[in-house]
Parts: sequence; structure tokens; C-alpha cells
Amino acid sequence: MAQPLVKKDDDRDDEAEYSPFMGIEKGAVLQEARVFNDPQLDARRCSQVITKLLYLLNQGETFTKTEATEVFFAVTKLFQSKDMGLRRMVYLMIKEISPSADEVIIVTSSLMKDMNSKIDMYRANAIRVLCRITDGTLLAQIERYLKQAIVDKNPIVASAALVSGIHLLQTNPEIVKRWSNEVQESVQSRAAFVQFHALGLLHQIRQNDRLAVSKLVSSLTRGAVRSPLAQCLLIRYTSQVICESGNNTQSGDRPFYDFLESCLRHKSEMVIFEAARAITELNGVTSRELNPAITVLQLFLSSSKPVLRFAAVRTLNKVAMIHPTSVTNCNIDMESLISDQNRSIATLAITTLLKTGNESSVDRLMKQITNFMSDIADEFKIVVVEAIRSLCQKFPLKYRSLMNFLSNILREEGGFEYKKAIVDSIVILIREIPDAKETGLLHLCEFIEDCEFTYLSTQILHFLGIEGPKTSDPSKYIRFIYNRVHLENATVRAGAVSTLAKFGAAVDELKPRIFVLLRRCLFDSDDEVRDRATLYLNTLGGDGSVVETDKAVKDFLFGPFDIPLVNLETGLKNYEPSEEAFDIDSVPKEVKSQPLAEKKASGKKPTGLGAPPSGPPSTADAYQRALSSIPEFANFGNLFKSSAPVELTEAETEYAVNVVKHIFDRHVVFQYNCTNTIPEQLLEHVIVIVDNSEADEFSEAFSKPLKSLPYDSPGQIFVAFEKPEGVPTLGKFSNVLKFIVREVDPTTGEAEDDGVEDEYQLEDLEIVSADYTLKVGVSNFRNAWESMGPDFERVDEYGLGPRESLAEAVNTVINLLGLQPCEGTEVVPPNSRSHTCLLSGVFIGNIKVLVRLSFGLDGPKDVAMKLTVRSEDETVSDAIHEIVASG
Amino acid sequence: MAPNGLCPSIKNILLLDSEGKRVAVKYYSDDWPTNSSKLAFEKFVFTKAVKTNARTEAEITLLENNIVVYKFVQDLHFFVTGGDDENELTLSSVLQGFFDAVTLLLRSNVDKSEALENLDLILLCLDEIVDGGIILETNGPLIAEKVTSHNMDADAPLSEQTLTQAWATARDTFTRTLLT
Repeated sequence: MAQPLVKKDDDRDDEAEYSPFMGIEKGAVLQEARVFNDPQLDARRCSQVITKLLYLLNQGETFTKTEATEVFFAVTKLFQSKDMGLRRMVYLMIKEISPSADEVIIVTSSLMKDMNSKIDMYRANAIRVLCRITDGTLLAQIERYLKQAIVDKNPIVASAALVSGIHLLQTNPEIVKRWSNEVQESVQSRAAFVQFHALGLLHQIRQNDRLAVSKLVSSLTRGAVRSPLAQCLLIRYTSQVICESGNNTQSGDRPFYDFLESCLRHKSEMVIFEAARAITELNGVTSRELNPAITVLQLFLSSSKPVLRFAAVRTLNKVAMIHPTSVTNCNIDMESLISDQNRSIATLAITTLLKTGNESSVDRLMKQITNFMSDIADEFKIVVVEAIRSLCQKFPLKYRSLMNFLSNILREEGGFEYKKAIVDSIVILIREIPDAKETGLLHLCEFIEDCEFTYLSTQILHFLGIEGPKTSDPSKYIRFIYNRVHLENATVRAGAVSTLAKFGAAVDELKPRIFVLLRRCLFDSDDEVRDRATLYLNTLGGDGSVVETDKAVKDFLFGPFDIPLVNLETGLKNYEPSEEAFDIDSVPKEVKSQPLAEKKASGKKPTGLGAPPSGPPSTADAYQRALSSIPEFANFGNLFKSSAPVELTEAETEYAVNVVKHIFDRHVVFQYNCTNTIPEQLLEHVIVIVDNSEADEFSEAFSKPLKSLPYDSPGQIFVAFEKPEGVPTLGKFSNVLKFIVREVDPTTGEAEDDGVEDEYQLEDLEIVSADYTLKVGVSNFRNAWESMGPDFERVDEYGLGPRESLAEAVNTVINLLGLQPCEGTEVVPPNSRSHTCLLSGVFIGNIKVLVRLSFGLDGPKDVAMKLTVRSEDETVSDAIHEIVASG
Repeated sequence: MAPNGLCPSIKNILLLDSEGKRVAVKYYSDDWPTNSSKLAFEKFVFTKAVKTNARTEAEITLLENNIVVYKFVQDLHFFVTGGDDENELTLSSVLQGFFDAVTLLLRSNVDKSEALENLDLILLCLDEIVDGGIILETNGPLIAEKVTSHNMDADAPLSEQTLTQAWATARDTFTRTLLT
């Protein structure tokens, strides 16, 4: 700061003298705005008043609706003045007030006049103002002028029209799209910014047309672009085209790579950096492609400009996550950045070094980080914590110093996200490094002694309940947990009670002591805490009587909870209070697929304490309800699984049919959803003739036709088959739609009396093995795997033959098995040669299945896979192998 | 701002005084919907940045998933904010353009009192740099010229124009003849 702190007060006094806006008030300024109405306008005075109004708005003052309207009307009077300076302020003011649609009309004609003025400055500004406040109807009127303006020889006018076009494309795309000829012309402009704006608009107009974008890119990459900003845009579009055109790295050169590489020699640093960043972000980039980019980034590292150093180190940091070896060349430059004045740069440099460094440098780096941890923002602290987490996974032997570091920073001040990152890291270390378990748990215990975040406390207590009883001396954790019962809020107290009970359930020696503690909780002031204590005392037999604890109850209370919470929630909502108790087994366990974005996020970093992913409310209940309303299906029992709809017709044919496969224990029901897309037809007595000659283990049990199918109102046909109980019977079915057509007069909507019989061939339908497996996630795969035991383990190896990529092979197997990928293992890091994927699910007959898949590349493209299955039934383990063997 | 993520977009431009109070600010994104959230952001950015020395070269940091570039002179603090996937050098070119233009407009007396005296110029300057998040111009002298060009009334005789304006007009005419 320029002034020492003591001087601050004097400053404020000075300010009183020099600020022209000292003590101004909204009311007074609004009064002053009356000068706008004077017949003899004083342009200077009016400008000053507008400046004052803008000052007020800028300071966060707001005008009421009436005040804004008044000011707006007054300001419109100022269009009479010829003063250019005043006019500019009027433009600004109109934009700030953003008048309502009916007010806009007042200024439209004035602005249109300015748009056609001889003065370029007027034209440019009037275009921007008008496009800002206009709506669609007005736009059609001024479209002609805007098209002219786009190709205007004055760059300011052209830019104003183009930028307005970019904004208007969001609200009135159909109008702006008509300008593409003019926009295309101005892409060739000599003025740097016109070219930039034109390119931006042109791309946005065409962005849904891949071919056009690709053409645009290939014509421009030949060197027509002069402006650095436009060149940056072109680089972005190019990498988008590269990304969409798929991967042909194996075949040699990537299209357009040469262009990106040539941009590394551009004279503008902005372009060089953009190109370098684009290269590092290419899908499956090879180290040969990467090297030139790394080289220019390395040069930036020793720049005198902090912005350049920051940009380079941030990009290299990201590269280091995937290609650590490519970045090692920069290590010396990175080392010197550790002492950079800019802490952001220093942090990024250190975390990069952590990723690229070797085991011997860990201790030294840790020391340096400790020195400046207190200086940096939480965001960067999280970056450091994440780097340390991955470091620990890389060098498990170093866990002692890393764990120490984590526990030290855990004690210091920090926000929730930061603390959560630390706790998550410790949890991961405990899970992955058995030696670290005891110290890690004690650090967590210490942390909850003084933790302000309820969420973290309860999560840690839960985790203690799982891991604590398995340690050599579980009793030493009890004190920490019981302290929570005294000192915390109700949520944490309830959590602590559950954890205590888990210790009691798992460790018999501790039982009597736990009972004493739980009984004290019976006097808690909170209902939930008392309820839990009572429940646990009863199930564990703490009330003195030796209760033969039901294994199922115990499993339910202390075992892993594998039902998605949303499903449980809908189950409970549908439950009507009656004599019959709510049956938790009736709740579907299938995890519905999550939105893609979420999947991506969870795939990137291992989830620490997080609960198993829960999807949106399922359609399964809807199906279950629909099916149970049909009496013939009532005795089929519980619905095991409904498939996603499979289309049996091409898109846009006369009749659209898709099928949903409902799997029951002894039956399969096909639900054909039919839509008649011909307005002139009414279909009657619609049935599906199913031929099961290629599925002879199935026998048709029942068919429910559709009486009539009018135009555009979907109807359902059901066909049920019987099949051997609990066995994954496979087969292929061919379908023909049969019906009576009656012509409909489109004008009256009346159908003719006599109909013609007709049929329509549908595509075949298959029952595949994945139809018999349910996607059910487990929260902790390792725990589930160990508790399942190796009794029914089946291991075998398979060669999958040549595949496009490892990721493609992994996906194929996941889809084939229809199981839920766990812990984000479905994501294959680019360029890896091997991958392990964990799957879990439930097989028909309610049998849990866990699968561990190890993939490896064998030769250039051949993929080999080792499949290990554990389940509760050996026939099921074998069945899974059969699926893979036959698939 | 612009839903198409490919076009660089500016989230805000701030000009704050030595206590982090507003001289002039302009927001182009919805990330800070209320005035209080804006003020909170300004305070946060200011307290993080004020400790650093951004007087000779522009400095940079990452705050709340935004890249902030900043530069200080006298008791004025210039900030430009963009998303964390923005090209850092693009943001810094906007900052430099803003900074150069203000320096020219205030005739090198770059301090708070001068800025407030000429607040109209500063506001016009912001308006000429970025429009709705899209960069309009990053060349400082050109921005300053666009802001002041209104003094150069088309009807006014050449003798009444200031020297810079006369020079600008001359250059303009000259370039035009060259290009045609």
C-alpha cells in the first residue's frame, strides 16, 4: 500500500475535499435531473448530472420503478442536444436503466436516426444501445441497417454490429443466422477486432453444423487470420474439431496438429500460450506432440511477467497429472519458482514438483510447503492437499511424513472445503495403506475433539465405527467417541451413539462397557439420540436379557447400507400405514444412471467419505405400479428389473414401437409402447405376434392386445412369457405388429366403418444376460469384497482380441454385464496400458455379485482381461463367466 | 455470460481505491447477482491482492474459481476477472488496455481524485473496452481515442481541436488514404 496505516484517517479528510461526489444524495440528484427538461439545454450541466446518476448506480444505489421511468423520460429529451459528449452519456444512461418494452419505443426513432448518422461514433454507439434494449419485433425493422453495419468500412461500427449480433444470437437466433454472408465477409477484415468479432459470431451461428465448422477451420488455418484474439479463437475451434474428428494418433499425424504447432511460433504471447494449452489438452496426446508445447511453456516460466509465469505453471501442473515424465525437464525452473513472490505461482510450482518428483525429494518439498501454507488461499491449500494425497498413493513408504503434514494442517484454521479435503485424504490413506490406519484414526479422533463442522464430525464418527473395531485396541477410541455425546449438538450426538453401538456389535469384550455408556444416553434431551440408544440397547441385548440377535437385523443395522436413498425415500412415501410392516427388501436396489457431468466429476477423484451415489427417482416404481394394475400379472411376484426402452422401428416410420423388458422370477413381460403417426388412420385390435422359435425355453403365457390406437396417442400391448425359475434364460424373439386399419377423414375426424387387416414387421428383440443383473453400487468395494470372502470366487482370463482402445474394451464389458461400476473405476485414464475396474450388482434371485476386472494391453491393440467374480452362490459366479465367455 | 464457452468472456472490471472502495466497477456476468455479493467479492479480492506488489508488473491469482489479474498505481487498483478456463494473457491484455487508456485519459495523473473528477471518461472507457462480457478493444490509445472523440465535433473547426485530437484526425485521414 502506498500510505502507511496511520495516515488512513488523514486520507479520509482529504477525500472530503477532493471528491466531487462527497455527500451526494439520490433524492437531490433526481431533483437536479429536472435540468433535462429546460428549453435551453446546458449540455455541460446535463452531462454532470448524468455522471452523478451513474455514480450513484455504480455505488450500488438502486432506483425505484417510478424513479427509473422519470429519469428515462427526462433523458430522452436530451436527444435534442447536438453535443456529442452529452450524447455519449445519454447512451450510457439508457443502457444502465434498461427501460421496459413500452418505454423503448420512445427512444427507438432517435436511436435509429443516430444509426444512420454521418458520425461513426454515433452509429457504433446507437447500434450497441439499440440492440441492448430491443426486442424481436423491433429487430426485424433495423435488420437491414445492421447487415450494412457489419460490412461497414469503419471498424468501430462493424465491431459494434458484430458484438451486438453475438448477444442477439441468444435471443433471436433465426434473425441473426440470416446475416452469415455479411459476417463471413467481415471475417476477412483488416481490422483486428472486426476479424475477432466476426469469427466469434460466425462460429456461433454455425456451431451446430459440424461440417461447416470444420470447413471454416480448414480454410482459416491456411493463414488468413491476423488478429491475435481471432487466432486464439481459431485455435479453440481447431481443437474442438480435432476432438470431434476422433482419434487417429495410431495412424500417424493428427489433422491440424501442424497448425497448432505453428502457432507456437506466433509473435503474440497470447497465441503461443493458447496453442500450447490446446496441445496439452488434446485427447490422448503423445509425448512427441507434447514436447514443443512444453518447451515454450518452460520459457514462460522464467518470464519477468507474473501473469505469464502463472499461466505456464498452471498448465504444466495440469499436464503433470497425466504425463509427469514430460514435465520433468522443467523441474529446475520449477524449483526456482518455489520462492516466487506470487504465492499462487509458488504453490502451483510445488504441487507440480510433487507430482513429477521422486521419492527422495518428498521430505525437502514438504518442509518448503509447511513454510508458506499459512500465506495462501484455501483454493490453493486444497490443491496442495490433493497433490499430497496422490503422492502418498505413489510412495506409500512416505506415509509417515505425509500423514504428519496432513494432521498438522488439520489443526490449523481453514474453511469447510479445505478441511473436508484434508479429512478425505486421511481417510483414503487409511483405506489404502494399512500401516497408516492407527495413526490416521487417532488424528481424526483428535480433530473431532475440536471440530466446528457437524458434517465432518458425523462422517468421521461413521468412519470410526467401520474401521475402529478392526484395530488392535478398539477401546482407545471409545473415549473420543463418548466425549462427543457430552459436548456436541444433537446430530453429532446421535452419530456418536451409532458409532458406540457399532463397537459394541463388533467387539464382544467391549459390550458391557458400551452398554453402560448407551444407557446414559437414554437420558439425552434429544429424541433421536434417545431413540437410537434404545434401539441399539435392545438389538444388542443391553437390557440384561440375552437376546438371540437376529442376524438380519444386525446386518441391517451394522452392515453396509446398499439401497440408494432416493429409492428408499420413494418406497417410504408410497407405503401406506397398515397392519403390514414396511418391507425394506421391496425397495429396488438399482442405481439409476446419473447425469453425465456428475459421473465425470466422481470419476476424476476418488470419493472419500461420500455416500454411494444416488440417482434421480426411478421409473421402476412407475412400471411396478402399471404392471400390478393388470390382474394377469399380479401373481408374477416382485418385479426384478425393467430394461430401458429398446426401439423396434426406425425413427420417423408410420408406427413407432419400442419395447420395455420386465423381468420377474419366473416370467418375462414385454411391454410394447406403440404410437400411430399417421393422422388418416385409426388402428384397431392391435396385437404383437411374437415368434419364440429362437427362444425355445420360453413359452408364451398371456397377451394383452390394444383395442384401438388413434393418431398420436400412445398405447401399450403386453405379452408375457414363462421361463425357468431364477435362471438367466436367453433368447431372441421376432415380432410382427398386426392390426385392422380404418381410414379417418382428417377434416371430420370420423373413421370409416370397414377396416382392412394389415401387419407391420418389427425388429427382433433379445433377452440378454445383462437383463438379469441389477446395477447396485457398494460404498466401499474393498470392504464388500473382503466380507464376501473367496468361497465362491471364480477366476479366469480372456483375450478380447483387437480393440479400438482400452476404454472402449472396458465399456463393452461393463455394458455386457450390466453391473454398476464402483469408485469411478469405469473411467480409463488416457494412454494407460492397464486398468482395473470394479463392478457390483445383484443377480436374479437377489444374489449379490462383485466383479474385479483387470485389463491389460497385449501387443499394440489386443486387450487381455482377467475376470475375478465373487458372489453368494457359485452358480452365479459361473454364470457371470459364461456371459463373458459367450459375449 | 456468453453461453458459448469458446469465446473469451470477461466477468467484471473493477477500479477500487486504497481502501477497496469503488471508484467505478462494471459486472458482465451473473455470478454476483446482488450488490452485497458484488461488494463481498470486491472486498475479498482487494484484501487478497493488496498485500502483493502489483505496481511494476500486473499480478495474477486464482480466487473462487476465477482468474483475477490486477495492477496498482498510486491509490488506484485495477482488476479484471474472468473464468478459470480463460486464457490468462487475454485477461491481462484487457487489464493493460484499461490501464493504458485511463492513464491517457487522466493525462498521467492517475490517482483517485483525478479519476473521480473525470468519472464520465472512466465510465465511457469501461463501456468501450468490454460489451456484455465480450472484449471490444484492448489497445489503450485506441480506447482513449474512442472515449475522447466526442470532443471532436465534426462541425468544429480544426483550430479548436486539441493537439492530440488533431493528430488523431490527421492519422485517421492518412490511414484511410493509404488503405483506399
